[in-house]
Amino acid sequence: MNLFCVGLSHHTANVETRERFASGAGAESTLRAAGCTEALVLATCNRVEVYGASEKRVSTDEIAQCLLQNGELSDRSHSQGLPFYRYEAEKCVQHLFRVASGLDSMVVGETEILGQTKKAYQSARTSGAVGPCLHRLFQRAFRVAKQVRTHTEITRGSVSVGSVAVDLAQKIFGDLANCRVLVLGAGETSERTARALVSRGVTDLRVSNRSNHRAHELAQRVGGRSVEFNRWAQQCCEVDILITSTSSEVPLLTPTNLGPMLADRIDRPLFIIDIAVPRDVDPAVNEMEGVYLYDIDALRSVAEQSLAVRRQQIASAEAIIAEHVADFGQKVSCELTRASGVSGHPAVADSSLRPSQL
Amino acid sequence: MDRYLLIISTICFLAAVVRTGIALRAGVFRPGRFNFLAIGLGFVFQTAFLSLRGQALGRCPLTNLFEVFIFLAWSVALIYMLVGPAYRLSLMGAFTAPLVVLLQGFALIAPIDVRHPVKVPANSSLEFHASVSLIAYGAFALACIAGVMYLVQERQLKTHHLRSIFYHLPPLTDLFAAITRLLWLGFILYTVGIASGFFTGRPLPRVQVVAAIVVWLLYATILLGRYFRRIAPKRVAALCIVGFSVALTLLWGITFSAQTHSVP
Repeated sequence: MNLFCVGLSHHTANVETRERFASGAGAESTLRAAGCTEALVLATCNRVEVYGASEKRVSTDEIAQCLLQNGELSDRSHSQGLPFYRYEAEKCVQHLFRVASGLDSMVVGETEILGQTKKAYQSARTSGAVGPCLHRLFQRAFRVAKQVRTHTEITRGSVSVGSVAVDLAQKIFGDLANCRVLVLGAGETSERTARALVSRGVTDLRVSNRSNHRAHELAQRVGGRSVEFNRWAQQCCEVDILITSTSSEVPLLTPTNLGPMLADRIDRPLFIIDIAVPRDVDPAVNEMEGVYLYDIDALRSVAEQSLAVRRQQIASAEAIIAEHVADFGQKVSCELTRASGVSGHPAVADSSLRPSQL
Repeated sequence: MDRYLLIISTICFLAAVVRTGIALRAGVFRPGRFNFLAIGLGFVFQTAFLSLRGQALGRCPLTNLFEVFIFLAWSVALIYMLVGPAYRLSLMGAFTAPLVVLLQGFALIAPIDVRHPVKVPANSSLEFHASVSLIAYGAFALACIAGVMYLVQERQLKTHHLRSIFYHLPPLTDLFAAITRLLWLGFILYTVGIASGFFTGRPLPRVQVVAAIVVWLLYATILLGRYFRRIAPKRVAALCIVGFSVALTLLWGITFSAQTHSVP
């Protein structure tokens, strides 16, 4: 049985090329018609890949043709020039394990790909396109991904500014359901951050902006309430998280004006996310007790630290994957040996996981 | 024979310390079951030691500084076993084990296991007073450890340099809530311990009474400051460390004085 993976990803193709083939997400039936005994299409925004098992070799051209719905490839007659890659047997196994573990992702260690892979597997299984070969391969891939996540720090921390801010809020306050949030300035980044906080359980969200109209609009969009701009300072005594992104030329918050506000909230921390440039909050505020100030550079720095740690963990993750690839190959070849003993095919009796056969 | 049990117990705690050290060095810290199991096993051997020693003495094994240190280490482990999992403070084990290793290591190395020449008669109220007070010390020790965890996390949040351990620490507010509960637990037990000391039917040495009241006042001040919101969480965390250091020093003094003047 030939096991292979044909696809293109963000490493090899731009988004225009990827989207031409992404529509072939449900192409398992076509692929089976083309000669694949088993087929699974993994189509995400960063990759379109076909994992297949077949008795005879199915060419990359045929796979590409199946992925296209409009037949444009047939005009060109072959896939040369298109950035398809092809992995067979052991390389295919290794590639899938790397993909599922997030090592092949645009953001190393992202976990969304595992969910997408599971979904693709489930869909192909429901349609009957997955047989014992791909079933075993994908189950092992899920196991490998879980092991990589558990035994390395590949998924540690957040790597985008918005999620870093939300993660830090959770590290300070734990459950965000009881947190009060004030969004000062109705900018796009503050809206994204506010939305992320709401998605993690924040229910008390207040928006203040020089233009009351914009504050009201943003409050409606994120499920909060608007507060008049001249009352934002009073709100600081009540809120736990402050997101500022105004276009003020001078700092709105300094130790001098924040000091009296903090007097009544000595046992509650204040987390300030200053995403304005120029900054809305004097950096000296971070020296105040119970105040944690993160400006855009600090958030980026945390994101970069996480990314650096993830990169450091790649070697450990690769080692886990290599072990599983070898073990998977060994088990499959053992089974082939047993099967050949029964069916009397001496050709596969001594096979390990060979380049083109599984 | 009983010292062997203590050595095995210390090795168990040391295993938790070594494992944490290796993990921190590799930058991959994961508070897994190992620490909890190692501490649990260490606790079992501690209990076995205290039980054997208690049977040999025919009373609660608190007759010299060595036994006081071991009982204190046992209290620390006991409170950790009770509090750690309840508040999901699994990482606390990584901080608890070094303290227990220090206490037991010191007790094993220093020549403080001096047996009394005459068998000390059992006095249930005195034993209750001493043991409850030492369990209170265990709670104060855990509050001190939680204080260290709080300060570590607070420092990393302030400097924006988040290390591996940061991601495994409980949220700051949860940690502070745990500190407060541990302080209250220790304070209540300590109050009961001190109060029971007045009903032992024996006159208490003045130095012991003064030292006990100093510790009681210290923790009362921290709790009052916390209750009336006069002390910021960071200071409470720092005061927990100072408080336990003072309490430990005075405990030494109390035990030393008790050993030189009379039998506890």
